[in-house]
Amino acid sequence: MGREVAESCLDGVMIEMVSAYCTRFYATKPELAARRIEAIGYQVGHQLSERYTMERPRFTDHLEAIKFICKDFWSELFKKQIDNLKTNHRGTFVLQDNHFRWLTRISIDPTPESTEASSNDPSVTAENKASQTTNMHLCFPCGIIRGALSNLGIPCAVTADISNLPACSFVVRIKA
Amino acid sequence: MAPLPARSGDAVFANIEHVNSELFTLTYGAIVRQLLTDLEEVEEVNKQLDQMGYNIGIRLIDEFLAKSNVSRCVDFKETAEVIAKVGFKMFLGVSATVTNWDTEGTSCSLVLEDNPLVDFVELPDTCQGLCYCNILSGVIRGALEMVSMKTEVTWVRDMLNGDDVYELRVKLLKQVLEEYPYKDDE
Repeated sequence: MGREVAESCLDGVMIEMVSAYCTRFYATKPELAARRIEAIGYQVGHQLSERYTMERPRFTDHLEAIKFICKDFWSELFKKQIDNLKTNHRGTFVLQDNHFRWLTRISIDPTPESTEASSNDPSVTAENKASQTTNMHLCFPCGIIRGALSNLGIPCAVTADISNLPACSFVVRIKA
Repeated sequence: MAPLPARSGDAVFANIEHVNSELFTLTYGAIVRQLLTDLEEVEEVNKQLDQMGYNIGIRLIDEFLAKSNVSRCVDFKETAEVIAKVGFKMFLGVSATVTNWDTEGTSCSLVLEDNPLVDFVELPDTCQGLCYCNILSGVIRGALEMVSMKTEVTWVRDMLNGDDVYELRVKLLKQVLEEYPYKDDE
């Protein structure tokens, strides 16, 4: 059992990262903020995947690598495995976590942020803001998965689907 | 008899949710790296880390007070001991020591020999002047402000810069007495 820290440290750092990039750095360019957050995740995923596969032989195919992400990798990060894995056998995989830890622990403040000059759409509701923030948060784990797979030699694109909360599905599309 | 702080730090740490410290260390490292790329200037990054720490600290104090059950500190000396033995232990799993008190008892050093934030971290030469752990100084400043103490927290020694320990200097600037928020005539 490796070293541990309080989970609130990680939560705090993640929330602040998203907040800094969305409200301080790229307040008017959510696309850029999302990309930066995803890039941070990519870095983390890449390094973790490297550490967790050091002792193993290489994976024989994509499915084996994805299964590693679903089982060992996910367990190290979230103390549970992916609950459901689906694939269309043509390079798309859907990893479903029925109770994604980071969504359940992160509280999203529904009150709108101070608008100042950054919001030019007065009809942005509090609900929109909340879902926008959630999506920003999800860029981080998407990046982690993308980085992890990239370290295993599998370039891909990863998006998150939260149409079925509290379940969260990560859609991995492997690039040919 | 008051409980010994060192023991309660361990007990609290054992009772909260934990996460793999590598994930935390790497996440923090990736954030610092990205900040360096985006902000370019080391001083700007230091400021942002402090700001982020402050924002975390003002919330972390609630969890700290709720879970550690510490009673109100009598003076700043006790406050520093509680931060070192219970605070650090509860969140980072490591204890700090309090040293170098000044004569008025308003300024001291918190010394950390072990710091999970910096596991596996080495700073390249291009990052001269970077306070890699600046988030910690912000956290302490933010948390203390929420309990009515305005402080100045600065780094004195940093192992990433070749020193033998991490040393934070905490200086109490002002103790703001709690005020009842409503005026009497309203």
